[in-house]
Amino acid sequence: MLPEEYRAVGGSSFADFLASRAPDMLPGARYNGTTELEGVTHGTTIVAATFDGGVVMAGDRRATMGNVIAQRDIQKVFPTDEYSCVGIAGTAGIAVEMTRLFQVELEHYEKIEGATLSTDGKANRLAALIRGNLGMAMQGLAVVPLFAGYDLDAGVGRIFAFDVTGNKNEERTFHSVGSGSTFARGSLKKLYRAGMSEADAVTAVVQALYDAADDDTATGGPDLARRIFPLVSVITADGYRAWTEEQTAAVADQVISARMHAPDGPHAPLT
Amino acid sequence: MTAPFYVSPEQLMKDRADFARKGISRGRSVVVVQYADGILLVAENPSKALHKISEIYDHIGFAAVGRYNEFENLRIAGIRLADVRGYSYDRRDVTGRSLANAYAQTLGTIFSSGAEKPYEVELFVAEVGHAPEDDQVYRLTYDGSVADVQGYGVMGGQNELVETYLGEHYAAGLDLAGALRLAASALGADSTPARTVTAESLEVAVLDRTRSQPRKFKRLGDARVAEALQG
Repeated sequence: MLPEEYRAVGGSSFADFLASRAPDMLPGARYNGTTELEGVTHGTTIVAATFDGGVVMAGDRRATMGNVIAQRDIQKVFPTDEYSCVGIAGTAGIAVEMTRLFQVELEHYEKIEGATLSTDGKANRLAALIRGNLGMAMQGLAVVPLFAGYDLDAGVGRIFAFDVTGNKNEERTFHSVGSGSTFARGSLKKLYRAGMSEADAVTAVVQALYDAADDDTATGGPDLARRIFPLVSVITADGYRAWTEEQTAAVADQVISARMHAPDGPHAPLT
Repeated sequence: MTAPFYVSPEQLMKDRADFARKGISRGRSVVVVQYADGILLVAENPSKALHKISEIYDHIGFAAVGRYNEFENLRIAGIRLADVRGYSYDRRDVTGRSLANAYAQTLGTIFSSGAEKPYEVELFVAEVGHAPEDDQVYRLTYDGSVADVQGYGVMGGQNELVETYLGEHYAAGLDLAGALRLAASALGADSTPARTVTAESLEVAVLDRTRSQPRKFKRLGDARVAEALQG
């Protein structure tokens, strides 16, 4: 039997439905303590860059728990629908749950309305979910995702960054979040060019992650012994696509071999 | 003061069933056909905005005839049920059988309760499996009864005529274009002489097990349908 609430007239938001029907299932609804938790897994660095005809997002593979490496091959970039993806930094448990909720949110809207949300609509929904987590963020369990999507109406890739209060910033070129983001952004600043090809943009983000790992202890560099390299996702007019491990390994190998001669990476012209 | 009339339960149920059946037979039919790569859902529906066919979950599709507001209500409830279940457990734990059960219970309760009028709807819940023998199609009627559909099914409109046509022409293992042509001519067989049903008047969707995405439901546009009907 379908419960009465399921047949009630309502909106097309899954998160709102869950909030009224089963609020305890929402991310961040469970922890009510006031002390900071220990032994929490954190995701580290995510980078994204637009290119001619789309957007690329990549993340390193490390998750940390204090000074310990919690996982060496974590996935931090997830497709959220056919034309968007989310990269997560911060408290992994809440971030992964929020991403799952966001995935269902987009799909739920699409099925009920028979139409997909606009890219801005998706970003605003994600901002609302992040804002819902503010209480947890104030206890040290912050989630800071990076959102990227291909805007079918405008025909361009777009990147949105958020803070813990759900403030939304659109970045037209490149952006990075997480513990190594300062170094990754500095690196991308020198490597990014307008109108890059997909392959060049992927090389640029892999370089940026290398630089982040070079200076941030929590960001994982390329693991040559285990052959663990960044995960790269690309969104174009054809939809979401993840680069295969062989493809990213080839780019990573190229970057690493160049760093053998120039450990600080490629030089940008002075003027 | 007027004395209440005594109505026997048999008569009450019969009246309610007649009422529901009358509403359901008013519109055009909806056809479901199993083909080699999945399940085809076809409705005669000139509207591009008000759908009779919908996606419920990864492997599950929905088709309905009858009163729009009533089946839309059930469709949304089904999507909510599936999404809540998939979110709390895993995507693989959402099954067509549990959804068909929930619909059956709901329709049955509404039908036999004295207060509400019965829903004037019939539904198909289709679930595509990894192989043709894993495909499941359930037909739910206004009174909450469930039937397992094998190969093809029809509901609404002049469903006997359409069903007879399908029975005479259906063969297992059809390709998509073949299944679509069969469905279109079956829908046209609801009058004598038979009508020609054009691509523009059809709402078509498939649950295609060969799709690489986890979501197997896909709508086919007019151009794609016209092409298949010509071939």
